[in-house]
Amino acid sequence: MSDVKVSIKNLYKIFGPNGGAMVSKVENGATKTSLQAEHKHVLGLNNVNIDIPARRIQVIMGLSGSGKSTLIRHLNRLIEPTSGEILVDGEDVLAMSAEELRNFRRNRMSMVFQKFALLPHRTVIDNVGYGLKIKGVDKAEMNERSQKWIDRVGLAGFENNYPAQLSGGMQQRVGLARALATDAEILLMDEAFSALDPLIRNDMQDILLDLQEELHKTIIFITHDLDEALNIGDNIVILRDGAVIQQGSPQEIVLDPADDYVRDFIKDINRARVLDVSAVMEASSSDSGLEFASTVILEDAMPAMVKADVTHANVMRDGEVIGKVTLAAMIGAIARPESNDEEQVTYR
Amino acid sequence: MELFDDFPSMGRKDLVDLKKGIDFAFRDFSRDNGEAIEGFFDPLMYFMVWFEKLLMAAPWPIMILIFAILAWLGARSIGIVIGTIVSFLAIGYFGMWEDTMATVAIISVATFLCIGLGIPLGILMSRSNRVQATVTPVLDIMQTIPSFVYLIPVVMLLGIGKVPGLIAVCIYALPPIVRLTNLGIRLVDKEVLEAAESFGSNYRQKLFDVQIPLALPNIFAGVNQTIMMALAMVVIASMIGVKGLGVPVLRAVSNQYLALGLMNGLAIVALAVIFDRVSQEYGKRLQKHRQGGHGV
Repeated sequence: MSDVKVSIKNLYKIFGPNGGAMVSKVENGATKTSLQAEHKHVLGLNNVNIDIPARRIQVIMGLSGSGKSTLIRHLNRLIEPTSGEILVDGEDVLAMSAEELRNFRRNRMSMVFQKFALLPHRTVIDNVGYGLKIKGVDKAEMNERSQKWIDRVGLAGFENNYPAQLSGGMQQRVGLARALATDAEILLMDEAFSALDPLIRNDMQDILLDLQEELHKTIIFITHDLDEALNIGDNIVILRDGAVIQQGSPQEIVLDPADDYVRDFIKDINRARVLDVSAVMEASSSDSGLEFASTVILEDAMPAMVKADVTHANVMRDGEVIGKVTLAAMIGAIARPESNDEEQVTYR
Repeated sequence: MELFDDFPSMGRKDLVDLKKGIDFAFRDFSRDNGEAIEGFFDPLMYFMVWFEKLLMAAPWPIMILIFAILAWLGARSIGIVIGTIVSFLAIGYFGMWEDTMATVAIISVATFLCIGLGIPLGILMSRSNRVQATVTPVLDIMQTIPSFVYLIPVVMLLGIGKVPGLIAVCIYALPPIVRLTNLGIRLVDKEVLEAAESFGSNYRQKLFDVQIPLALPNIFAGVNQTIMMALAMVVIASMIGVKGLGVPVLRAVSNQYLALGLMNGLAIVALAVIFDRVSQEYGKRLQKHRQGGHGV
C-alpha cells in the first residue's frame, strides 16, 4: 500500500556483559527465562522484524517489560543493539558515525517522551525551539517557527510560562510541538500519552490524529493501552518478551488474534468501535433500502439500523453493492469471545 | 605471652630513621624547589595584596554601599540589605573595619578559586565513575585531616604569608563544591538527558544546556558551603600570617582577652550570616521556575 520508511531486520538486544555471544543461544531456542537463569543475561529484543510504512501511524504495543521502550530507543540509537539492522530510507542507522548520527537525530527523527522531559529552566517557547537551537537555527527564525507550532498545538498565550506552571496535558503538547518543530519526517512517541489522565489522553489522541491528517509523518507510537493503539494505529505490532507476536491492522488483530496472549489483550475492548461493516458482511444483498459505506464501524451502523427499523442493509464500495450485513451478525461479532457471563443469562 | 603484651612495632631506631628520612627528603625538596613554587604563586600573591589594599583603602561609605548593592542583587530583600548595612556599621564602630576588609578579601579570593577549580573537577567526576572513585577519598582526606597537619608542608614550602594561608583555606573549602557539582550533575533527570541526546546534542550542548542548568541548585548549595567553610578557616589561616579577623581572635586566646575575642568572633559570625543569607536567597531565585501555579 505504501513504501517502507523504517525497516527493522533481525534485531537482537541482550543486556549483559557478553551479549554478543548470547545471540546464537537465543537463535537456538533459549528463552528469556532460561537465558536469565543459565547465563545471567537479560533478553531485551528477540529477532524483531518490522517494516514500518511511510506516512502512517505504526503502533508498537506490549505490557511493561515486553521491550517496546527498548525497541523505540534502537531506532535513534539511544540504545545500541546487540545485532541486527535498522534501515531508514534504506540507510543503515547502525553504520552511522557519531557525527552522522547527530545530524540524523537533528533533522530526520524526533522523539516525544512519556514524562515529557522538558527543560524546567526554559520557557515554553524556548523548549519548543530546543531542537532548532541544537541545529543552530538563529534566534529570530527559531522563535517564529516555534510560535507556529505552539499555536498549532493550542498553547498560544503560554509562550513565556515555565513547564512547571502547566498541567500534564499542556506539558505534553509542548513535548509534541518540540518534536514537530524540527520538521523531522519520523516521529517517535514513547508512551507519550500514558502519563495523562484518560480524558486528556483522548484529547491528545485527537490532536495527534488531527495533525497527522495534515502532516503525514511516519509516526512510531509506543503504548501499553490497546484502546489507544486501536484508536490511532494504522498498523499494530504486539510484542511480548522482546519478540513480535503479531502484526497487522487493528481489525486483523481483533478478528484473528494470533495466540492466547493477544486474545487476552483484546477481550475487554470495544469491538464495535474497531470493526467495520465489511468485516461482518456476507455475500448477498439486502432489500431494506439502507446502505453503508464499507468503512462504517459497527458502533455507528447498528444504531442506524435500529433507527431505520431494519435488520439488514447493503454494504457499498465505489457505488456498488459488495455484500449484506445483518444485525444478528453484527451483534455476534461484537460479543466478547469466551464470555463468562452466560450464567447470568436465562432462557424462558 | 610476650607477643600479646607488646605490640610488635617497628624498632625505635628504625622509626626515627624513617621519619628523619621523610623529613629530610621533603626539606631538600622544598630547598630545591621552594623558590620556583613561590615564583609560580607570585601573581596570585600580588593580586591578593592589591585586592586587600583596594578594599582597605576604599572609603568606608562607598564599601558599605557596594556591600548593600551586592546584597540587593543577590537576595532582593530589603531586610537582608538593612541587616548588611547595620552589621558593617557596627563592625566599623567597634574598630574592626580593616581586619574585616582583609577577611572579606581572602574569603572572596578563596571562594572564586574554589569555584574555578571545584566546578570543572566536579564535572569531570560526574563523567566518569573511575575519576569519582579516585577523587572521593582525596576529598575525604581534605575535609577530615587536621588543618595543622597540612600547614606543616605548606609552610615549609612557601613560608608564612597570604598564599600559604589561601592554600590552607582552599584545601578545607574546596570539597563541598566538588561533591555537590558531581552530585548535581549525576542527579539530572535521565529522561531529559535522553531528550537532549535524541535531538542530536553534542557533548558541549548537553553540558551547558541541560546538565549544568539542572544541577545549578546543587552547585549553588556547594558554593554556599564553600563560603562557610572558608570563613571557618579564618582563625587558622591567621596563624600563618594572613591578616584579618583571625589575628585579634588569636591574640585574645593567648592573652585571655574575653571582650576582644568575643567582638571579633561575632564579626566573623556577622560576615558568615550575611554571605549565607545572600547566597541562599540567590540560589532560591535561580529555582523560581520550578514552582508551579498556572498563569504566573
